[in-house]
Amino acid sequence: MNDAPALVNRGPISGTSLDSRLVRSGLPGLRNPELPRLVTFPEKTPAQPLDGEKRSIGKGVFGKCSNCGEVFTADHLAQHFQVCPACGQHHQLGIDAWRRLVLDGGELEMWEDHILPMDPLGFFDGKTYTARLETAQAKTRRTEAIEVGRARIDGSVVAYGCFIFAFMGGSMGSVVGERITRLFERATRDHLPVVLLHASGGARMQEGILSLMQMAKTCAALGRFREIGKPFLSVSLHPTTGGVAASTALLGDVNIAEQGALIGFAGPRVIENTLRTKLPPGFQRAEFLLSHGMVDIVTPRTELKATLSLLLKHLGGAVT
Amino acid sequence: MVHVLAFEKPVVDLVTRIKELRALAGADERLVGELRRLEEKSALLAREVFQNLTAHQKVQLSRHPNRPYTLDYLSRLVTDFVELHGDRRYADDSAIVAGLATYHGRSVAIVGHQKGRTTKENIERRFGSPNPEGYRKAIRIYELADRFGLPILTFIDTQGAYPGIEAEERGQAEAIAAALEVMSKLGVPVVATVIGEGGSGGALGLGVANRVIALEYSFYSVISPEGCASILWKSAEKAAEAAARLKITAPHLLELGIVDALVPEPPGGAHQDHDAAARFLDQALADTLRSLDGMDRQALREDRYRRFRGLGAHIA
Repeated sequence: MNDAPALVNRGPISGTSLDSRLVRSGLPGLRNPELPRLVTFPEKTPAQPLDGEKRSIGKGVFGKCSNCGEVFTADHLAQHFQVCPACGQHHQLGIDAWRRLVLDGGELEMWEDHILPMDPLGFFDGKTYTARLETAQAKTRRTEAIEVGRARIDGSVVAYGCFIFAFMGGSMGSVVGERITRLFERATRDHLPVVLLHASGGARMQEGILSLMQMAKTCAALGRFREIGKPFLSVSLHPTTGGVAASTALLGDVNIAEQGALIGFAGPRVIENTLRTKLPPGFQRAEFLLSHGMVDIVTPRTELKATLSLLLKHLGGAVT
Repeated sequence: MVHVLAFEKPVVDLVTRIKELRALAGADERLVGELRRLEEKSALLAREVFQNLTAHQKVQLSRHPNRPYTLDYLSRLVTDFVELHGDRRYADDSAIVAGLATYHGRSVAIVGHQKGRTTKENIERRFGSPNPEGYRKAIRIYELADRFGLPILTFIDTQGAYPGIEAEERGQAEAIAAALEVMSKLGVPVVATVIGEGGSGGALGLGVANRVIALEYSFYSVISPEGCASILWKSAEKAAEAAARLKITAPHLLELGIVDALVPEPPGGAHQDHDAAARFLDQALADTLRSLDGMDRQALREDRYRRFRGLGAHIA
């Protein structure tokens, strides 16, 4: 959703790029020197936080870091894959940018895009589920909350999937479950490693119990995939919670978490309400999971591709 | 303690009166006919009241504090029960009970959620909401049963996995996910019964079975009606509406293919007569288990995979 087209010629980022060093150093002095120090805004239109849904005037021109408050041009932020050049805060990244960040040439041979959602319960919560789907489709220009297909990562052919958080919170209904299941089934048949990027609030309420069953379906397909001796590299982005956390996300042969991502089963608010207590800082963040032994690697966004590439090399995802 | 829900009060009153009369009548022959008439009337009234229950009322029944829990059924259904404890990693979680037992002449493995009857017991068992250790204990028993060729009977009755700080620290999500994967690969017959609340992923961790059956007034849902209402309607008061919209009651589950058979409950619900409820369940469970006889390990695995593979609604 924050994709800027300006980036197309830039090519895929590599783990040792200047960008990643910038992010890790976190030094404000390394900020883009071309950025003018004084920015004039249109009257009464303050820059909107990147994570906010509502952006009115000035949309697409400027972006403000939700952590440090620094303001950058949208193009500049897009070049940094929505990682704040000042403080390293990771903001939500659009689906096209994920492709460019992770896949060779940003290219994905899409699978299963003909699997489309329907409204099995005739669900209504002030708005029909069908209307919500149409809104999400128009907003994301995607048919559902995940895209899957065949791609290359530093030359290695992989079965790839990426959740689309902007599509109804990346929630898993029948279509997401079916596409993940087919991804694993096809990878099993074609002997391909699976790289799956998760970003989801959990199971989709509007499809009720059928959404819950997708957890069992996807885990069963993963179970079969294990037999072919190819790796399942699971990446958890911000946020990965509920039924998606409790299915494929933490079952990777290697679990990778994006720096700062919220990952857990119960949402923080549910826990706070149940225990009537405040949660400690950093609770359910990627670094918390690392220290509790639940993920192997926490990585900044800009190093994700290099990490995947290295793991594919070690675990038999060699160029085929 | 006897708890009575508003809508079941007329039925409960009548049942109570019959019990009192029976005690008074003793061996008095003249009252036998009268008692029989009253019993018939009570059954009729229960049928009338319970025929038109809303989804929300059924949810309340599934949570009824007098409803039979896993151990109540076990004491009536199986013999030689040996409870097994612990996940061999961290702790024993009493929100899930597990063990070995004899059922209709053969050894089986048992895994079930267990709620408490008293406040003390409920605190200990976290009202039947498991920690990761509960699921890891379940996994241990699934694998044990798989190695020794024992059929597995699971009993689902939970609000959901426990949303606690320690549960998250110790990997609640991973524990449930691992249970799903392990269950999907088992080479022994697995029958799951939803006896009360089927609360989300916390229920599913015991639910990847060859056959899933559900009691008449149980439910199974992706999220509690209260949770759904507070997220989608921004008000927990809308729980009744959410319960109806989510299509979570046993007849809906049958229609959606989530469960394979429904188990009738005695008049007024399972909590009115634990013995009768257990008899009905026994019949359904024995039949279901028998229907899986003769399938070899590979066939059982394939059968379970196909069962869940087919669940979902999408175009093309």
